[in-house]
Amino acid sequence: MRGNFATITKMFSASVVAAGLMMSAPAKAAEDTIKVGILHSLSGTMAISETTLKDAMLMLIEQQNAKGGLLGKKLEAVVVDPASNWPLFAEKARELISKDKVAAVFGCWTSVSRKSVLPVFSELDNILFYPVQYEGEESERNVFYTGAAPNQQAIPAVDYLMSKDGGSVKRWVLEGTDYVYPRTTNKILEAYLKSKGVAAEDIMTNYTPFGFSDWQTEVSAIKKFGSTGKKTAVVSTVNGDANVPFYKELGNQGIKAEDIPVMAFSVGEEELAGLDTKPLVGHLAAWNYFESVNTPENKKFIADWHKFIKNNKRTTNDPMEAHYIGFNMWIKAVEKAGTTDPDKVIDAMIGVSVPNLTGGYSTMMPNHHITKPVLIGEIQANGQFQTVSKTPGLVMGDEWSDYLPDSKDLISDWRAPLSCGNFNVKTGKCGGKGTN
Amino acid sequence: MPKTACVRTVSSAVRTPTSTFKGRQKPMNIFHAMGLTLLFLMTTLSSSGAAEADLRAIIAKFATVTDFSETGAVVQELTATGDPSVERPLAALADGNLYVRTADSMVFVGKEGDENVQLFDPLSGEAAGEASEDDISKISVNNTLRRAIRDALGTLTLGSKDPTVRIAAADTMFKTPDAANIGPLDAAIASESVASVKSLLEQARAASILVSDNPDADKLAAIALIGARGDRSAVSLLTSVEANASGAVKEAASAAIANINSTLALWDAGQNIWYGISLGSVLLLAAIGLAITFGVMGVINMAHGEMVMLGAYTTFVVQQVIRTSFPGLFDWSLVIALPLAFLVAAFVGLVIERGVIRFLYGRPLETLLATWGVSLILQQAVRSIFGPTNQEVGNPSWMSGSFDVGQLAITWNRLWILVFALTVFGVLLYVMKRTPWGLQMRAVTANRRMAASMGIRTPWVDALTFALGSGIAGIAGVALSQIDNVSPNLGRGYIIDSFMVVVFGGVGNLWGTLVGAFSLGIVNKVLEPYAGAVLGKIVVLVLIILFIQKRPRGLFALKGRAVEA
Repeated sequence: MRGNFATITKMFSASVVAAGLMMSAPAKAAEDTIKVGILHSLSGTMAISETTLKDAMLMLIEQQNAKGGLLGKKLEAVVVDPASNWPLFAEKARELISKDKVAAVFGCWTSVSRKSVLPVFSELDNILFYPVQYEGEESERNVFYTGAAPNQQAIPAVDYLMSKDGGSVKRWVLEGTDYVYPRTTNKILEAYLKSKGVAAEDIMTNYTPFGFSDWQTEVSAIKKFGSTGKKTAVVSTVNGDANVPFYKELGNQGIKAEDIPVMAFSVGEEELAGLDTKPLVGHLAAWNYFESVNTPENKKFIADWHKFIKNNKRTTNDPMEAHYIGFNMWIKAVEKAGTTDPDKVIDAMIGVSVPNLTGGYSTMMPNHHITKPVLIGEIQANGQFQTVSKTPGLVMGDEWSDYLPDSKDLISDWRAPLSCGNFNVKTGKCGGKGTN
Repeated sequence: MPKTACVRTVSSAVRTPTSTFKGRQKPMNIFHAMGLTLLFLMTTLSSSGAAEADLRAIIAKFATVTDFSETGAVVQELTATGDPSVERPLAALADGNLYVRTADSMVFVGKEGDENVQLFDPLSGEAAGEASEDDISKISVNNTLRRAIRDALGTLTLGSKDPTVRIAAADTMFKTPDAANIGPLDAAIASESVASVKSLLEQARAASILVSDNPDADKLAAIALIGARGDRSAVSLLTSVEANASGAVKEAASAAIANINSTLALWDAGQNIWYGISLGSVLLLAAIGLAITFGVMGVINMAHGEMVMLGAYTTFVVQQVIRTSFPGLFDWSLVIALPLAFLVAAFVGLVIERGVIRFLYGRPLETLLATWGVSLILQQAVRSIFGPTNQEVGNPSWMSGSFDVGQLAITWNRLWILVFALTVFGVLLYVMKRTPWGLQMRAVTANRRMAASMGIRTPWVDALTFALGSGIAGIAGVALSQIDNVSPNLGRGYIIDSFMVVVFGGVGNLWGTLVGAFSLGIVNKVLEPYAGAVLGKIVVLVLIILFIQKRPRGLFALKGRAVEA
């Protein structure tokens, strides 16, 4: 049944309800369900990452229903396929809200897809939970960002590399795919590194196109840049499919993690699953969650996931944890508000605190970002990460970076009376503009 | 694959860096020095290592470490004994294979099996039973520790019987020069019999002299020796010398750096050409099937990339079967996958031709749309069967790693793909020019009605030609699975490039495809270091557009009646 799921979804577009839920929610009770929209690409380039999130959401909804649903009603998943097509994201979001009357939407991966649905969510006043690490410089009333902001991933990662444990790195290669997330993140990192006294000639920035596969020139440039005697590291915001050939080339050209470590922000367990990781042992990644984290919550989550997906080899990853946190926060907020009315839920969300999978609690802040621990992991031969460093406390997501001239004076607070996502503390006015 | 046993040590990120060491000095140096002196003494006195009991006592301390700095302290203590037998536990630690048994805090070298971990004594290497993952815990390491261990092992293994180990040791000592290394290196040079190892040892000794207090005359000789080495690590070493020295030494170092850099610039240009040839071979592989279906038959086949993808997935399936049933055959997996990938892709191609394309000959727009639809169907089918995630296709050992030609690093997988692409091209050329089937294909292309009246069954020639083109795309997939990721989107990345190569080279001409692929590859890679990958690609596209304006039929235009048909 699961096999042809994507095809069915495509054929009947939005109106099809997840097969498992059809049985648990009989037709006569149709009005008594609370609908939850899932807006993830099931075909096209992004299907590789987003299909897993769709499955994770179906699992969370099924579990909630087994616990008795929400406000005495069953939850019902409405899955649509925006097919990695950015304008289609906006269309499908409109369809979910206006036609299917969903109470909240969980979805999007790329920043451009999020930007494309923003106007829809503010016009129709609904809620979007966005589960992926992103470049920041945004805070919307209708969006809750459960992935990492740059200060919850990039900055601590660079701090680690500069520390003695991380190898006291003095020279930096910022290697990224050419789109908004790497460009903004690298801008923030450059400003941050310079504020720490790194000279401009010790930073090399390079961008490659999406899906780039011939890394020979880039990898040998990294080798050359790293042979000046100063300790060098690569900070990689290379996205998606381009990572596998990048790491293969690193391995083949003999760049070892002991000499030039690569710190990646977009490489998780899922990406490593397509790779022989033996030559990559020691390269690093920064996330807020690793599958290898040893907590009872995580063990249960992994066991549930394997059971749900009927495959013991499927990995879990950071955006899945973000959905886990976001979904549980939404449940709590709805229970607190006693209704699924988006206006009331948006107000109730702030301050809601739920357990995360790494043994702590995550709280929704007034800027619609959450608190998370930051973990640095080293790639192991078995395709997992081993945590080598963890921030001592939780880090609060900072939407407007302090290191960019345009956004350092902006703050966001969606509580009354301020209720503003881009308040400029210098001018005392709402409506500042960040970078991009 | 078994999960990593629970991680013992998690350090905190807040530890403030206390790097008071300057330049090339390392915190390990004093221990190096002690270890080396001891080692030196021991080899000269030919005594038998430190007492085994002492070593065991130090190794036992691994059981109580709580963070990386404590592990590092134990590593230093082990290195300081200077006993060559500490190589085994240290190497195991660096590889993440050193375990502590929870029950009795004993330290073992472990080897992960299917279910249990096999345990070995850390010093003697004798088997010591096995344990389940839950009963033992791994001693974790990070990059800083791995590097420290590598440096320590470098000096300890200088007297190894295996020349490759001695080469690695000399290399490590060259990169981490230390005045205390001079003594042991002198001893090693005196007893070295292999000439290549000896020259590496002499270079390592020269590097150590440069950081020592030896007189300037020694240092100048050392600079000459290192300057002759002429690679990047020589430059990085000399740069630090230049920064710290003065007078004649500084001048000699600057001169040597300038000299090496001018040679390296030439090598760099050579490297760009090689990268271009290598990219060209990938383009050739991807485009050569299209040169048949589009070039010879005139079918705009948007599903061409999916044939490549099917070939890559065939390789994946073959490797899966080999992994589970015949692990010994893994190095042969690509050879086995080649004919199978050809058959799978050729069969699918045949079905597409018979099922869709034959109704659409002469209607390019409809063919384009129909094959685009077919490509979506194939992608989604693969996604439904294998899942949307990347599949792991391993590199056989003969396709991993690289070797040096002068200052050029050539990776084996790229070299083999180049050889393979040229072989496929040669075979295809032979089929087209020297076999009856090839003759029929060319006849049908040149003049269909005439060929039909000569008794050639043109529909079958069409079907088989399309199958041939698809099959070749399939075997290209086998090769591309080695450098790209195997996912349902694999073909998407190659379709545009393939069309570009065929159009640029001249539709209908195989030689045009060859020349087109290599010239695009080389232009792209020569531009890349200056313009960056994104701009480089744009420049290449603009150049092609301008070229097509001038010569609409590409580099090698077909002449004769076929053109008008």
